[in-house]
Amino acid sequence: MPAEPIPTTWRADLEERTVATQAELEHQHTPEQLQDWYRQMVFIRHFEEKANFAYRQGKIGGYMHTYIGMEATAIGWNAALKPNYDYVITAYRDHPQPLLMGSDPVAVMCELMGRSGGLSRGKGGSMHVYDPDRGFFGGWGIVGGHTPLGAGLAFAAKYRGEDRVTLCYLGDGAANAGVFFESLNMVGLWDLPVIFIIENNEFAMGTRLEYHAADTELYKRGIPFGIKSERLDGMDVEQVAVDAKRIVDYVRKTGKPYLVEVMNYRFSGHGAADNDRQLYRTKEEEEENMKRDPLHRLEKTLKAAKVLTDKQIEAIDDEMLEKVEEIYEKADASPFPEPEEVYANVYSDMEPEKGH
Amino acid sequence: MAAVATSTQNISFRDALRNTLASELTRDKDVFLMGEDIGRYQGTFRVTEGLLEKFGEKRVIDTPITEPGFTGIAIGAAMTGLRPVVEMMTMSFSILAMDQIMNHAAKIHYMTGGQVTVPIVVRGPGGAAKQLSAQHSHSVEGWYAHCPGLKVLCPSTAADAAGLLRSAIRDDNPVVFVENPGLYTVKGDVPDDPDFTVPIGKAQILKEGKDVSLIGYSRMTQVNLMAAEKLAEDGIDAEVVDVRSLLPLDTETIYASVRKTNRAVIAQEDWKSGGFGSEIAARIGEDCFDYLDAPVGRVGGLMVPMPYARVLELECIPDVEAVIAAVHKIG
Repeated sequence: MPAEPIPTTWRADLEERTVATQAELEHQHTPEQLQDWYRQMVFIRHFEEKANFAYRQGKIGGYMHTYIGMEATAIGWNAALKPNYDYVITAYRDHPQPLLMGSDPVAVMCELMGRSGGLSRGKGGSMHVYDPDRGFFGGWGIVGGHTPLGAGLAFAAKYRGEDRVTLCYLGDGAANAGVFFESLNMVGLWDLPVIFIIENNEFAMGTRLEYHAADTELYKRGIPFGIKSERLDGMDVEQVAVDAKRIVDYVRKTGKPYLVEVMNYRFSGHGAADNDRQLYRTKEEEEENMKRDPLHRLEKTLKAAKVLTDKQIEAIDDEMLEKVEEIYEKADASPFPEPEEVYANVYSDMEPEKGH
Repeated sequence: MAAVATSTQNISFRDALRNTLASELTRDKDVFLMGEDIGRYQGTFRVTEGLLEKFGEKRVIDTPITEPGFTGIAIGAAMTGLRPVVEMMTMSFSILAMDQIMNHAAKIHYMTGGQVTVPIVVRGPGGAAKQLSAQHSHSVEGWYAHCPGLKVLCPSTAADAAGLLRSAIRDDNPVVFVENPGLYTVKGDVPDDPDFTVPIGKAQILKEGKDVSLIGYSRMTQVNLMAAEKLAEDGIDAEVVDVRSLLPLDTETIYASVRKTNRAVIAQEDWKSGGFGSEIAARIGEDCFDYLDAPVGRVGGLMVPMPYARVLELECIPDVEAVIAAVHKIG
């Protein structure tokens, strides 16, 4: 039996608190900007769908978590960053970050498929994608475990006197982790320029927010530590981008930390191996949330503002589908690691002991 | 006074550590220290005494009592190339940070396919001090030495404290550095050279002998040296092998000694069962079987939580008599 959905009240709160009017938003973003975001969003959606396909084909193994439904969050926040300068770190739902930050998408797909041309040479897989040259520090599998690392990236920026901003994404499940609270205390204590972005998709794996958090208003986690904290929409890219720019600029200017809870909903399961979503949520609930689909919302805006026609939208869709297909084909044709590569990269300066 | 490579000072293990921290802080602005009460309080075991005054709050950072959090922050900073030296008030507390050390730091270079290095040192007192009882006294180096991606160092002399700590700080990989509190006051000649290093992964023979190899690390090496003196009175010529580096392990030096003496006793302060001594014993069994004239002997801490009462505590910690008994046991 699926868990009974417990009525949530945040949507009403949110409308009131943060959503700018459409008129305000229209002045913020150029048609070119909106189109760029749309292309990114369609690309990520198709990339993730292809990853799901590859998983079902047995071409991707292990655990894999797609970002379908949450695209507006990564796109909007990425738009506020200085490319190849600011730092980003996230948990295991980590495919869109490197794609948005300029990593070679073939190398991302190769990593998912365990190929030697993967960003992590096939040693990380879906959960451990990294591209530090572009400021992307993964890609982590222990829920909450990466949050002090995010604080540490910000610590390093401050230590060196740089004005880099660190985005540290985490899920609503990770917002309960002890080490996250420790990190909040230290970033508040030491004024570390990190933005913790709690991507609240309402489920810690299969456990609904109301069943895992004593206080479901997760943005309040920052308040006891003197950290400016807000609850924001994560499914409207225009709104996300406006909020992200405001907050990234604030953190860059003041060097102080920030915490945001972005309200999301993942349309797919927790991971690709999560085949029975009805154990924890109803089809009706999913259908209701599909109305928030960031892709459709942006399409609506683009059409209303006459930035794109239906035909152009269709053309972009075809183009991105083809692009993803090419990426997949290239990755699928690329080699697996040689067996002897198993010993490489345990240490930077020596090999580990060999043999069983 | 200008440092000369050949000159030495007779100083304590503790002072050797402090001098090394100071010289590395001076040499490299990317090096900084983090830990509980290491600054204003001067360090629980006074290893960092005076360093806050000398290097300031940016380089010597007092942390909240949250081992996973501050260790994680140090690891995150190290991923960008900074070189944090994290003090655990005792290595027993590092158990709280074990997820950060073993599940994060140790695996980062590998998981990133070599893109990211983590030049962090996690150091602190490991083992029994005096009547600190069950939650402050244990040895956890065997757990870390189990984990690929880490280097694990357990020096037993003041010179090695300096030379190995400097090597650890300059190493690009995560290093766990264990200081047995019983060693802090042990004195030795330490080179003044601010670039004096001891290579990681090399054991040493501290006393040559022909009858039995006493193999140990950290404080037990000092115990083995004392045991060797006593054994000499009985006409037994023991060789003392100081392992120093558990990971990587210098099996070559250990095996050469065992192949010469044909007998081995391995001593550790850690709980006897499943500790690192068992690993050394197993390897000797695998690779030196034909050279052994007797079973490999082992000495370890009693399999109990460390008790408080001094008389009980002393029961637990292996001493000279325990080593001698093990030598006699294998005959």
